[in-house]
Amino acid sequence: MSTPKRIFVKGNEAISRGALAAGVKCFFGYPITPQNDIPEFMSSAMFEVGGQFVQAESEVAAANMLLGAAGCGIRAMTSSSSPGMSLKQEAISYMAGSELPGVLVNVSRGGPGLGDIGPSQGDYFQSVKGGGHGDYKLLVLAPGTVQEAYDLTIKAFDLAFKYRNPVLVLADAIIGQMKEPVVPWVPENLDPNEGQDWGLQGAKDRAPRLLKSLFLDDGALAGQNQKLQAKYQAMQAEVDQELFLTEDAELVVVAFGSIGRIVKSTIRKLRGQGHKVGLVRPITLFPFPSEVLLNLAKEGKRFLTIEHNMGQMVEDVRLSIRTVADSAFHGQLPGNLPTPDDFEEPILKALEG
Amino acid sequence: MTQEIRVTNYPEVLTDRASHYCPGCHHGTAHRLVAEAITDLGLVDNTILVGSIGCSVFIYNYLTLDAIESPHGRAPAVATGVKRARPDKIVFTYQGDGDLASIGMAEIMHCANRGENITTIFVNNTVYGMTGGQMAPTTLVGQKTTTCPGGRCSENEGMPIRMTEIIASLGGVAFAERVAVNNIKNIKKARKAVTKAFEYQTKKAGFSFVEILSTCPTNWRMTPLQANKRIETEMIPYFPLGNFKDVLAKEEK
Amino acid sequence: MSSRVEFREDRCKGCLLCTEVCPTGIIQQSSRFNQKGYKVTEIAPDMMSECKGCAFCAMMCPDYAINVYTTKSAKGGEK
Repeated sequence: MSTPKRIFVKGNEAISRGALAAGVKCFFGYPITPQNDIPEFMSSAMFEVGGQFVQAESEVAAANMLLGAAGCGIRAMTSSSSPGMSLKQEAISYMAGSELPGVLVNVSRGGPGLGDIGPSQGDYFQSVKGGGHGDYKLLVLAPGTVQEAYDLTIKAFDLAFKYRNPVLVLADAIIGQMKEPVVPWVPENLDPNEGQDWGLQGAKDRAPRLLKSLFLDDGALAGQNQKLQAKYQAMQAEVDQELFLTEDAELVVVAFGSIGRIVKSTIRKLRGQGHKVGLVRPITLFPFPSEVLLNLAKEGKRFLTIEHNMGQMVEDVRLSIRTVADSAFHGQLPGNLPTPDDFEEPILKALEG
Repeated sequence: MTQEIRVTNYPEVLTDRASHYCPGCHHGTAHRLVAEAITDLGLVDNTILVGSIGCSVFIYNYLTLDAIESPHGRAPAVATGVKRARPDKIVFTYQGDGDLASIGMAEIMHCANRGENITTIFVNNTVYGMTGGQMAPTTLVGQKTTTCPGGRCSENEGMPIRMTEIIASLGGVAFAERVAVNNIKNIKKARKAVTKAFEYQTKKAGFSFVEILSTCPTNWRMTPLQANKRIETEMIPYFPLGNFKDVLAKEEK
Repeated sequence: MSSRVEFREDRCKGCLLCTEVCPTGIIQQSSRFNQKGYKVTEIAPDMMSECKGCAFCAMMCPDYAINVYTTKSAKGGEK
């Protein structure tokens, strides 16, 4: 079957197609708005490619199925939305502690609690600072377009296996539900032996392998934590961001995901009026583009962080530039759909200082 | 000329090391039955163990198998993931009564109902052992534990749950049997049941389940001999031994 | 035919479950403690000849602490 040149799909479908292109073998999901397109698409697509689909009894169960499948060193994925991601946190902590390459997708919605079924970016803390217990990090990728949702889902699998760590694709209801053109592509040279030097297969003619996160012996847990931290340090090599009109900007807007993309429209309009505004759009939320921001701060630029929450990523922006500058903050309230016009006044206000 | 032969042959997959289990705990016996079953059936090289949380969290130290640790109650979901990833392998969970019948109730029910081709060994000793003897879903009425110090009271705590009967009622289940290991006769029956459960997995018959009534002398505040006696006097009357589902037996008839 | 039982005293936890199932009742608790502080079981040397080699003790032992050996005579021994 040939790959079509261009398709017009929802972000949720793009994520699903990206996973298929990446060779995902198992998908475990559960219904929750606004990501139902993903398990629905996968429920037939997985069988067509000889994979496995399970609608689990809960998001908890789905995350634990992911743990098991990832433990066998094969590409597996689960998807959910904010409340479901809360349920998955224990399994995520276990996957991080046991060093398993599970891929998770959060099509985030408004919170806290039941919230609403519209978009928000209120899961930044949960995703980046760890909603689960213990000192661990997920690689977090934040697409801003439907094409990026496709591309970053493929990347998620590569990174998960490169670092033997769970990876999270953090989208929102806007990205998940809007339709845009996508140029699908299939990665070449997928390693057929990926994960087979540590995954569970049955201990024939070799010593048994044990995947666990329990370390009770004296010093063992300390050693494990040091090992994990070294890995998270190594992950800094994967930092990625988009810089938009920052060279001569007086004010740098920092925004991720759908907001990063919407605020571009605002910036284009204000540039047309002569205002010198630019954008840093983090694409990896962990690792965070701290160095890029610090360098811009050292050039004397001012900062305004815009997010669809009550103030989460702004803390990381402030941490990044703390010795040199500070960041103002504008939060689009969860529950209110953002438009480019919403950001005009906050940007102008920040420009005035 | 005479020749001395060794009557007792412990399977190689049963790791030769001292265990952390209490004196008189039946976990060791249950582990051995699993080891014997997968050895007799020639499955050792292709078996993956999915551990759980309880005293048996260290089962991977006692069975020389590829193994993965699960969060509390989630072993049937983890096992589903393992089996779906590796359908040609033999996958089993080994769980206690807190893990399986309390926090893990949804996972075991749905794994069984989906008819996942895995085997669950359920060790029921009517308490949460590892954490010091709290009440479990299978604690008997009147039984004293640290969280029902006056004895389990049905009005407040409900009745103990009979898991094998419930599991047997689910469509995807091929084999569900309750056994005990408190005497030789029961150990022999238990061995047969555990072997059959794994055999049914090789036949892709569906989900197989064996509940093993077991002791917890420490948390029952009994000697091992007293605890062993309790299996017969108190537990078997409420949790009857026997087969509750055997889909292949019907076909044979 | 004769049989003997070997108790791995370093593994015995003194649970006494073996004493319950021995058909000849020859297993007893010794007065010895092992390094872990458990009072280990034994068959008195002069009682060993009563052992039938059924290995019920080993079957019952949760700690695999028992090994049973049987010696058969070459001609016409019992099976």
